[in-house]
Amino acid sequence: MRDAAAPAADPAGPLVQVEDLKMYFPIYTGILRSHTGDVKAVDGVSFSILPGETLGLVGESGCGKSTVGRAVLRLYEVTDGRVVIDGEDVAQLSAEKLRRKRPTMQMVFQDPQASLNPRMTLARIISEPLDEHTNWDRARKTERVFELMDQVGLNRRFANRYPHEFSGGQRQRIGIARALALNPKFIVCDEPIAALDVSIQAQVVNLLEDLQERLGLTYLFISHDLSMVRHLADKVAVMYLGRIAELSPSKDLYARPLHPYAEALLSAVNEPDPELAARRNRIILKGDVPSPANPPKGCNFCTRCPRVFDLCRQVKPELSEVEPGRFVACHLYGSTAAAGSTGAPEATERNQQGVTP
Amino acid sequence: MPDGAQPVLDVRGLKTVFRTRAGEIHAVNDVSFALQSGELLGVVGESGSGKSVTMMSLLGLLPMPPAEVRAGKVLLNGQDILHLPPDQLRRVRGAKVGFVFQDPMTSLNPVFSVGMQIMEPLKKHLGMGRAQAESRAVELLELVGIPDARARLYSFPHQFSGGMRQRVMIAIALACNPDVLIADEPTTALDVTIQAQILELVKELRQKLGMAIIWITHDLGVIAGIADRVMVMYGGQVVEQAPVKELFANPQHPYTRALLLTIPKITGEREARLKVIEGQPPIMLGAPNACPFRARCEYRHAACDATNPPRRAVDGQPVGLGHDVACHWHAPARTEVAHA
Repeated sequence: MRDAAAPAADPAGPLVQVEDLKMYFPIYTGILRSHTGDVKAVDGVSFSILPGETLGLVGESGCGKSTVGRAVLRLYEVTDGRVVIDGEDVAQLSAEKLRRKRPTMQMVFQDPQASLNPRMTLARIISEPLDEHTNWDRARKTERVFELMDQVGLNRRFANRYPHEFSGGQRQRIGIARALALNPKFIVCDEPIAALDVSIQAQVVNLLEDLQERLGLTYLFISHDLSMVRHLADKVAVMYLGRIAELSPSKDLYARPLHPYAEALLSAVNEPDPELAARRNRIILKGDVPSPANPPKGCNFCTRCPRVFDLCRQVKPELSEVEPGRFVACHLYGSTAAAGSTGAPEATERNQQGVTP
Repeated sequence: MPDGAQPVLDVRGLKTVFRTRAGEIHAVNDVSFALQSGELLGVVGESGSGKSVTMMSLLGLLPMPPAEVRAGKVLLNGQDILHLPPDQLRRVRGAKVGFVFQDPMTSLNPVFSVGMQIMEPLKKHLGMGRAQAESRAVELLELVGIPDARARLYSFPHQFSGGMRQRVMIAIALACNPDVLIADEPTTALDVTIQAQILELVKELRQKLGMAIIWITHDLGVIAGIADRVMVMYGGQVVEQAPVKELFANPQHPYTRALLLTIPKITGEREARLKVIEGQPPIMLGAPNACPFRARCEYRHAACDATNPPRRAVDGQPVGLGHDVACHWHAPARTEVAHA
């Protein structure tokens, strides 16, 4: 059922459906390089994105958000789980099928300096995907490159220049043009504005929004900038230590975060308003994020959670819908699940794995 | 804000240039500011606006050449430190002025234990012996909130997390009880929850130790939370300077005004579209005799190309003490803030 006859995409259904995604990186130690453990960078993540929608993926460094982005596009061989994009399980595709799938799913990287080949001209960078995936003639490719440059607001005269001649914001535009070259449906934006100056960030964000509107793109927008994610995303997933703590519509999450981690994270954001800053009640979390190679037993967040109680240290809470459209992995909201947990914990949710010790 | 008293740090007309093959880069152009004791001055600007170079010029931390501090005075407690010979300047750095850098990984020496690195200024500047320095180092680590400080004294930087390393950096900067602490983007490399911890720590230390702090950042949100006064830099110049509430409530410079609108908010109404400042920050090649912001300014007129606007007072107080702005354009009057 996992393979082959992939069901045709339901037009009303999600474009991207991720189920129980796991990405472990093995740790080898000793002179024999024996496999002694795993860094559980992503440990059972599920979400779906509707066509034309933006899912924001937020969290602190090391929480696994970039790994999710890469695993979804199968830049890593995933350890376990399903990643259905436009009707096909990307995690299971053969090399040849995956190659043919690539044009529908693209990526914009964080560092525009490192992700552009310094020895290639702008035109060659943008047309590289066309060389790989189409058999167009030269004239047609050039035409397409110019069209893309217009779309992202790069002057056509720049076509023969090299990446170092551009500023950070312009380089990010080149990266976006390259991602758009093959008319993708789905783009993973991995911290696309983190390396840019404040006054340039807004330019790139507005461009991403325009393109989405014009081309009907679907984004997975990975960022640690919570206020920018609020601006861009329809739904937001908050990750902590390889798992999703809360997945809610953006409006609801920012108005009233449910998961204690989401609450602390939002309260830590600095609002550019001194009056508000003085009034706001900050939740200062103690300590650091534990190592994903050795996550705490029970809830991942139990070592820092201000509202921790006994159950949290024993049982890993599952992501479940606590309000319409809002999914939270926290025992505080699991009154029914917690009461019934002695009975049939197996039956509760799909990303089950961790419960049985 | 204390006023009238002699400022701890008084910088006047500082000019720093870099000589490059393409010509002279005017990285810091006629920057003046005064820091009162116990005050926290926030310095905001984009990369290349000259905020770090200004602070490094003060302490002679720039490689010269290519850098050259061409003019200006830097008075620390009344003493001009800009023209001190190197050995005397060394006695100022670390002892009277502490410096915390952005990246706690690269600014700590990986081959020495954190204890050694905290004890170094104590031995050098204060002439402490080993035992005394050791106990003071433990005290400092406790002060910055490192648990089990005595046991961790001889741990190495790689054994600490980013937030903990930044705490160690702060402990080193505080070691000799400096009059001024300069923090250059100290929380930029940290995650938001860790950043919140460090900001909380600095607020606490300020109350406890009462030193003056210069906090350099590009994050207006951080500034709003901790600063008393803010200096906005652009193109190597101070374009606006005001008490923090006044700056956010009544920004005068087109750059400050636009900057405040480009940042999406975390509360309140979600903006339909972000305001954009078109164009790029300038490269300050050649003599700065026009407004550095003119190419991106929506209020540009003939005067902006002709002369570089000097700082002028907005609220009647002398430039540098109240609210001042360097702009030819006059922002339309707004309703006064409660008690500006």
